[in-house]
Amino acid sequence: MCGIAGLIHRGKTADIGTEMTDMLQSLKHRGPDSTGFAVYGVPTDNEYVLRFKVAEQEDLAKGFRIHDEIHERRKKVDDRLESLGVEVLDEHQSTEYAFRYRISYDGDMKHMARYIEDIDGAEILSLGKGLELIKDLGDAGTVSNQYSLRGFKGTHAIGHTRMATESDVDIRSAHPYWAYPYNDIAVVHNGQITNYWIMRRQLERSGHRFMSNCDSELLAVYTADRLTKGFSLEDSLRQSIKEIDGVFTYVVATEDALGMAKDTMAAKPLVLYESENLVVLASEEVAIRTLLPQEIDTYDPYDEEVRVWQA
Amino acid sequence: MAGLKRSEGVSHEMGMHTEQLSGRTQQVFFEPLAEENFLYPYAYDVDFNKRAEFDAAKMDTTDINLKLRELMQQGHGTIVVKNPSAKHSLGVGILNRLNLIFEGSLGYFGCGLIDGPNVRIQGRVGWSCAENMMAGTVVIEKNAGSTFGAALRGGDLVCRGSVGSRTGIDMKGGTIIVGGDTGAFSGFMMQRGRMVVCGNAGKNLGDSMYDGTIYVGGKIAGLGVDAVPGELNDLDRQWLTRKLKMYDLVPDKGVDHFQKIVAGKQLWNYDNLEPTEKKIVL
Repeated sequence: MCGIAGLIHRGKTADIGTEMTDMLQSLKHRGPDSTGFAVYGVPTDNEYVLRFKVAEQEDLAKGFRIHDEIHERRKKVDDRLESLGVEVLDEHQSTEYAFRYRISYDGDMKHMARYIEDIDGAEILSLGKGLELIKDLGDAGTVSNQYSLRGFKGTHAIGHTRMATESDVDIRSAHPYWAYPYNDIAVVHNGQITNYWIMRRQLERSGHRFMSNCDSELLAVYTADRLTKGFSLEDSLRQSIKEIDGVFTYVVATEDALGMAKDTMAAKPLVLYESENLVVLASEEVAIRTLLPQEIDTYDPYDEEVRVWQA
Repeated sequence: MAGLKRSEGVSHEMGMHTEQLSGRTQQVFFEPLAEENFLYPYAYDVDFNKRAEFDAAKMDTTDINLKLRELMQQGHGTIVVKNPSAKHSLGVGILNRLNLIFEGSLGYFGCGLIDGPNVRIQGRVGWSCAENMMAGTVVIEKNAGSTFGAALRGGDLVCRGSVGSRTGIDMKGGTIIVGGDTGAFSGFMMQRGRMVVCGNAGKNLGDSMYDGTIYVGGKIAGLGVDAVPGELNDLDRQWLTRKLKMYDLVPDKGVDHFQKIVAGKQLWNYDNLEPTEKKIVL
């Protein structure tokens, strides 16, 4: 089933960490397996936020050796960053296996990302100027507390509660998905993509990397590919409805925009609230009501509907 | 078991021929003349003049529905629920006459499986409102989500705003009225009843419909398989005018411009042939 949500404040910042936590907690019944957030803070010139993990949560149950391995893997990441000339401005350990680094680097980001992910067990969760991507097993409240998300100030965010259907219950298969070389993109998705392998092979031939076997990752890679080729976000969303088969509703965020697309069958839900200063969308209105408890006007987007909002 | 083939013998050994499988339920449990077979166990005798209201803001779905039942049990025939806050599955399974007013919006599966109440929702509803409704009226003041009135069997289901996709999917009777637009695949596999859309209809309208009638006042993006235009006659016009008037939804220009959509009945295949016989025919 899965629950998806998104919000964008237009022309101001707010505590989007708390807002998205509350929205996703109210959608817990749509997917209890994992929860993910993509939050967009205020970008700083020449600074990037690198979020990565060096193990899965379930790896911790494998014995004492894993704790040493995690330590060694993080050391390797630090060494490789140093060898590339990446300046780490500050670092924070969210869990034993997940880290947030604020970095300064003007080299090839794609090369840097590949170099890090070449380390056994290492995976970059996000690498962007505004984007920070947090995902782990458990409900929204648990993950949000684990990663100290409440109080996070920013303009927009998307989130996901996952009911695993076609891939494993692990962080790798959790949403949102991110893709490089377009750094600040994140995608959450509810549905199934039926031409996943055909599309994936096409994108892999173009040089894109896939970190999981989850069909939702395709949407992030697809969007990154289209944006890199000069498509606008709206054009990319429209094109995806024509090229991607299946039943899906997905929400995309970039550095300064939020977008949504619904497939030709309109088989997956999305409720939308729009005002001059705020746009909120979610699989169910109960999630929107956590932000706006008063009576509001909402509507369900129709089949093949595409919308984009700027921050 | 002499004379039986080996395969027949096995089924006897397994006891498959010793239990009487037909008619047992009726013989033991159902007496056609017994009064209780014509009454619902949870249908209450209520007085419309006895009014109650409560605030549902801090209550969960189960508590709200139990409160409704408790009030009906006490004989309240008019109940106002304040702040339903888009919670799911509210007002379901009400099997008696009742004036029920929700001052706010409902989430998914609101007012499902009802038989008799008059419900007014002063907000919006989520997916699958009034699913399997058997009788009564449900009127929504704002918009509605997809699968609005799925498998509707009777009564009037009215949305003054626009509704999502697959409105009236699998409907088996009753009337659905939409003041605004409806999404794709509305009337999908419709079997009976009437649907009136005052605004536009999305693509694949009436796809695979067996029977029933759809009226559309605006544009139709496209008809589904086996949905064909019908001729709007005087009876249709009279019925449309009367029905829309009941809910104050008659368009300024009347109903003459409505298009009528019915089943082409090319998909009908109600023969008595066994699958093996069909193979021979084909």
